[in-house]
Amino acid sequence: MPRVYHQLIKVESELLQTNMKDRITGAKALMRALQAEGVKTIFGYPGGSIMPVYDALFDYTRGEKKCFDHILVRHEQGATHAAEGYARVSGEVGVALVTSGPGVTNTLTGIADAMLDSTPIVVIAGQVPIAALGTDAFQEVDLVGVSQPISKWSYQIRRAEDVAWAVSRAFYIARTGRPGPVVLDFAKNAQTEEIDWEPQKVNFIRSYVPYPQLDHEAVRKAAELINNAKKPLALVGQGVELGNAQEELKRFLEKANIPAGRTMLGLSALPSDHPLNMGMLGMHGNYAVNLKEQECDVLIAIGMRFSDRVTGNLKTYAKQAKIIHLDIDRSEIDKNVKTDVAVVADCKESLPVLTELIHPNNHQEWIESFKPLDEMERVKVIEPAIHPKEGPLLMGEVVNAVAEATKGDAILVTDVGQNQLFATRYFKYPKKRSICTSGGLGTMGYGMPAAIGATFAAPDRTVCCFMGDGGFQMCIEELGTIMEQKAPVKMILMNNHYLGNVRQWQDMFWLRRKSFTKMMNPNYELIAQGYGIPYQAVVDRQDLQAAVAGMLAAEGPYILECAILEEDNVLPMTPPGMNVDQMMLEI
Amino acid sequence: MEEKKLYTLLVYSENVAGILNQVTAVFTRRQVNIESLNVSASSIPGVHKYTITAWSDEDQIIKIVHQIEKKIDVVKANYFTDDQLFIRESGLYKLATQMVLENPEVSRTIRRYGASIIEVNPTYTIVMKFGLTEDIISLFRALDTFGCVLQYTRSGRIAVTRGMQEQVSQFLEEREQNG
Repeated sequence: MPRVYHQLIKVESELLQTNMKDRITGAKALMRALQAEGVKTIFGYPGGSIMPVYDALFDYTRGEKKCFDHILVRHEQGATHAAEGYARVSGEVGVALVTSGPGVTNTLTGIADAMLDSTPIVVIAGQVPIAALGTDAFQEVDLVGVSQPISKWSYQIRRAEDVAWAVSRAFYIARTGRPGPVVLDFAKNAQTEEIDWEPQKVNFIRSYVPYPQLDHEAVRKAAELINNAKKPLALVGQGVELGNAQEELKRFLEKANIPAGRTMLGLSALPSDHPLNMGMLGMHGNYAVNLKEQECDVLIAIGMRFSDRVTGNLKTYAKQAKIIHLDIDRSEIDKNVKTDVAVVADCKESLPVLTELIHPNNHQEWIESFKPLDEMERVKVIEPAIHPKEGPLLMGEVVNAVAEATKGDAILVTDVGQNQLFATRYFKYPKKRSICTSGGLGTMGYGMPAAIGATFAAPDRTVCCFMGDGGFQMCIEELGTIMEQKAPVKMILMNNHYLGNVRQWQDMFWLRRKSFTKMMNPNYELIAQGYGIPYQAVVDRQDLQAAVAGMLAAEGPYILECAILEEDNVLPMTPPGMNVDQMMLEI
Repeated sequence: MEEKKLYTLLVYSENVAGILNQVTAVFTRRQVNIESLNVSASSIPGVHKYTITAWSDEDQIIKIVHQIEKKIDVVKANYFTDDQLFIRESGLYKLATQMVLENPEVSRTIRRYGASIIEVNPTYTIVMKFGLTEDIISLFRALDTFGCVLQYTRSGRIAVTRGMQEQVSQFLEEREQNG
């Protein structure tokens, strides 16, 4: 054979090989697309409709080709909360991978949670082949239909050639602008069909404006209000953390000496020990800052959404003040509180411009006026809560003991209920991105899986997860994940044998009729033993410090069960629907 | 509480499945009834136009517009009052031919309203009218008094803005330039 033919055949066969190399299944295309998005950790649970993807994942999680850690959770709800915890701490997009039908309906709570708390996650679910869609096939559910109202974007991948585009679009939407959950409904035929792989990068969608253009005139008006303010008060929300604008915030507050309250989700946006930090806003926040919302003359809301848990009765909320609202999401403006000046932009961009225009100022007298109220709260609420002299253990003192022992290095994860309110009140946040809690949806069961996600996002930091006996049992199956992964979650189980927050409301507003809030608990020591997780119980006050030290010194996961006063109440409290200045220091 | 008015929303979206659901869900969640809804292709290739009317107060309608525009594939959403729009609806009236023939007043009424007869056969006559809601309803009432109406239907509103600027095309142009 002439030499030239040899060469031709070689070239052709090489071409063929390259083509064949790039001829891949939709499932494998998903792997490549996730790799291109920089995904490192996937929280998931396999099942029938997602098997081709799991088969592809096999090669990508071991050996030379390894590029992902796949964390096998024990329930799909856990996958979404773990993805949320991962996202909240790392600032990256969290990924959950599940099967169709019940697999994905189990994720809906996590998706709704991520929507309300602006957490970037991508949930990828299997779906029956398109030929079977609409036939009530086994494990078929109209995922796009059920997830649309609770997600930022929801899309069905029906053809393998759409994988690269859809995945890139999903991540772009999840992480940009006001972040949120995105759902990809991946039909099984699209997982197995073969396509020529072509990577895609979506970083523009003409109908979607994630970063609105800053209106400099609005900033000028805001600056004018701030410059004329005698009693300005800033309300700091999670938007500051999401926009990574913690330093910009500090410079803004410091230049004009503006005191600030933080929402629950914004707690680590401004360090706890910053002199201008006046504490936590909201129903169980700090006394002074709540009352001062009704006294300030200019209220500057930064990356927060005036949730009803912050504002109390909207009809009376901050009526005396001019309202400035900085937010990336235009639909938040005037949604709950009418603003005088709205600055719709990323606060990373708007804060420095605003800082430039405001005058250096001193509001020391105004700031001093917080102190007597703070002192009242310290004497009436804080001291008795964190340094009680007698009686059973209190949640406040347990949180305080852990906060002191971790010296502000730890990430706080909470479940929902009294444990959350005590933990968020008494933990310390010197570092940014240090809190995971379910603020908007108030999802019991969030804590344990979110803490697992947090340990993967920040393997070098201590992750402390406070839970009540109710929430601990709501995603208790994730102890299996913690066991298998040796995920170093320090679980502080504050057991009062009650669904404490509802019990507190029953006592306060429902004539003490404790309707189904008393709970019989399992033997948690045996449960810990079953999962091979070190366990310690604390009953007596004098053992608390040593027990906390023991928990923190131990390698890996740990359960510290604290026997808590059964009817401990979270205070202060603004009763629901009341004015923020009707906050009660005692019942 | 502000007074309720009839607002018209013009919503432009990409031509992808599922948008209608997302748009109507915004109304449902706030317990605002949609009075009429019309969906069609717009003058911009690949962009669909929704004309929606609803009774509401301005605060509420602004919130609805913002929530609709927040949907990823919605290009633009705006709200208008009637004076800012050129509006038309159409009505179709199926009449019993026998009665139309027997009573000359029916034909006179049809002419007086500027409606047109578009089909006649021994059984029924189809009449069509373009106009504003009130005119179309008023013609129905007039015809109904003769007892000749077999069926009647009124379309959703269609509308174009009276403004000089084409906001959506302009927005898309700017987006394409910056993107």
